[in-house]
Amino acid sequence: MTKTLYDKLVDAHKVCDLPDGDMLIYVDFHIMNEYTSPQAFSGMESKGLKVWRPEAHLSVVDHVNATRSVEAPDAQSKLLIDNLEKNCITHEIAFYGLGDLRQGIEHVIVPEQGLVVPGMLIACGDSHTTTYGAFGALGFGIGTSEVEHVLATQTLRYKRMKTMRVTIEGETTLGVTAKDIIMKVVQVVGAGGANGFAVEFAGSAIRALGMAGRMTVCNMAVELGARAALIAADEITEAALKDHPHSGQFVFKGESWASDPESVFDEEFTISGTNIEPLITWGTSPDQSISITANVPSALDYVSPKAKMALERSLQYMGLTEGQSAQSIKIDTAFIGSCTNSRIEDLREAAKILEGRQVAKGVEAIVVPGSAMTRMKAEAEGLRGIFEAAGFEWRPEAGCSMCLAMNDDIAMDGERVASSTNRNFEGRQGRGARTHLMSPAMVAAAAVTGHLVDVRNFR
Amino acid sequence: MKEKHMNKTIKGIAAPLSLANIDTDVIMPKRFLITITREGLADGTFADLRFDSTGEKRPEFILNKAPWAQATILVVGDNFGCGSSREHAVWGMRQLGINACIGTSFAGIFYDNARKNGLALPIVSHEIRDTLLQFARNASSAEISIELDSQTITAGEISASFKMDDATRTSLIEGRDDTLDTLKYAGAIYDFETRLGNKMRISVIK
Ligand code: SF4
Repeated sequence: MTKTLYDKLVDAHKVCDLPDGDMLIYVDFHIMNEYTSPQAFSGMESKGLKVWRPEAHLSVVDHVNATRSVEAPDAQSKLLIDNLEKNCITHEIAFYGLGDLRQGIEHVIVPEQGLVVPGMLIACGDSHTTTYGAFGALGFGIGTSEVEHVLATQTLRYKRMKTMRVTIEGETTLGVTAKDIIMKVVQVVGAGGANGFAVEFAGSAIRALGMAGRMTVCNMAVELGARAALIAADEITEAALKDHPHSGQFVFKGESWASDPESVFDEEFTISGTNIEPLITWGTSPDQSISITANVPSALDYVSPKAKMALERSLQYMGLTEGQSAQSIKIDTAFIGSCTNSRIEDLREAAKILEGRQVAKGVEAIVVPGSAMTRMKAEAEGLRGIFEAAGFEWRPEAGCSMCLAMNDDIAMDGERVASSTNRNFEGRQGRGARTHLMSPAMVAAAAVTGHLVDVRNFR
Repeated sequence: MKEKHMNKTIKGIAAPLSLANIDTDVIMPKRFLITITREGLADGTFADLRFDSTGEKRPEFILNKAPWAQATILVVGDNFGCGSSREHAVWGMRQLGINACIGTSFAGIFYDNARKNGLALPIVSHEIRDTLLQFARNASSAEISIELDSQTITAGEISASFKMDDATRTSLIEGRDDTLDTLKYAGAIYDFETRLGNKMRISVIK
């Protein structure tokens, strides 16, 4: 019988069926951060439970920490950070705190440390855990009660999802990145279009991506509602698994972590890679995107009154007029960072645009490398110099920073941000803040011109 | 496990919240997440919709108006609860007194979080949802009743069935603790680990 990659992963981790229709699945590896784990530890302790397998967990500080220095931005944030460290000491769990050279955004440091390999099942109290699908591993986000469940049992209650395959066939053109590919998918399938599905990405445009690009694609799959995103492991994956701190721990048995040929999926989408252009979001949902050469939609583009109303609300929040051209949108801030686009490959792409150029007057430009290791690598390659010479502020510490603005990097009411992040929700980067999602190279280009602009004009 | 099967009915005033893609940042803005407890989240729930930047109630927001300020049920737009995994969103809604949200689709993590905290999420068709939105908008008729066992929603003359998977329904009715329940299968978990051997057995370097 043919099996999809998703079904292979679920079957390989199934502990047993439960009488109510759920199953128990085994979690190989579990990651925690400082803000979705405290109540899981206290919940477990109040029930008198112990951690099932302490070596299978890792905690990292990334959401609330300041990135200007190793200090916590305020007393409350410090409490969260100290609380995580205390919990990890009590329960003998690895803790990568501030100042640790292994610290950084969870989804950036896990691959960096060699903690994800094909065939694994990884859970984390964070929705972007889909990132690990890039390695042919099953990664998904969980809530705090489930964090408690994994800590105490090393398993989760699970229900098999439906499967969807998104095939992107055909080489992308110059200036089009993994970010544009996934933004296109979100636009086509829709926010919530993959609720209840595990999505596998396939096709020549996906195969052509390196691991960083594949991670960007799987990272943002949650913006479709996908609880899991997958890309079959291949020789590119294998090459990326060598020489990391944890690599020696895994034995490869030559299993094929790919869907069998002729596998049947519950839903299929096919998108032409060749036709994808650099994209930007204009609205307050990740599927509200247009090509950089296009215009913001107008009410005439919609038929239903509901859609017209939704458009009006988004435009009002975003401070845009219907039909205005994407490239006429002026920005206040440029932000490069987040688990979607803060890896060394992303910084290199942005630096190519910035080399020999200057950030436009009045634009505040910030770059926050995704991990301490990424920062050091970038500094060794001379990227820091390029960013700083262009007028970008180079942050010395890694973290989520302005992706969700839980630290002191908060955009003001009405402030317009060109952002390499993954969510443009109302208030995401600060109350009243206006977010435009795009690739890191497009953020760099916007920083230089002071408005959204086609990065292809820069090459 | 509790053997007693309760016939759980959720009844109350329903408020319409028709916007699509209401995400967990909107349900619980990040400034309320700097906490190590589950308590004190009622004020944070829908904070930017309920209050303006000076902390004054926005009179035009549905949950600030009579009778919907007393709502225990929400009728919501598509893809409710998308975005961040924060369970704080569900804790806050429960603390605000919300017992159920009726919608057409919910984000996966939000759905699971809801089940763990006794928040029922009946799924209905777009047509039924729109009818219920209309019903809830009428201040004099806004009471809805949701019967979990028979999976029916009653609103005035309207009677409709809803979807909810068995495990979630059982869990809501019994109000069980999933962690303690799973530990009854400790033997099966040990067996699995034995079968697994050293495969995928990582030991994170401290
Ligand atoms: S970078 Fe943003 S999306 Fe990624 S884990 Fe941090 S807050 Fe979440």
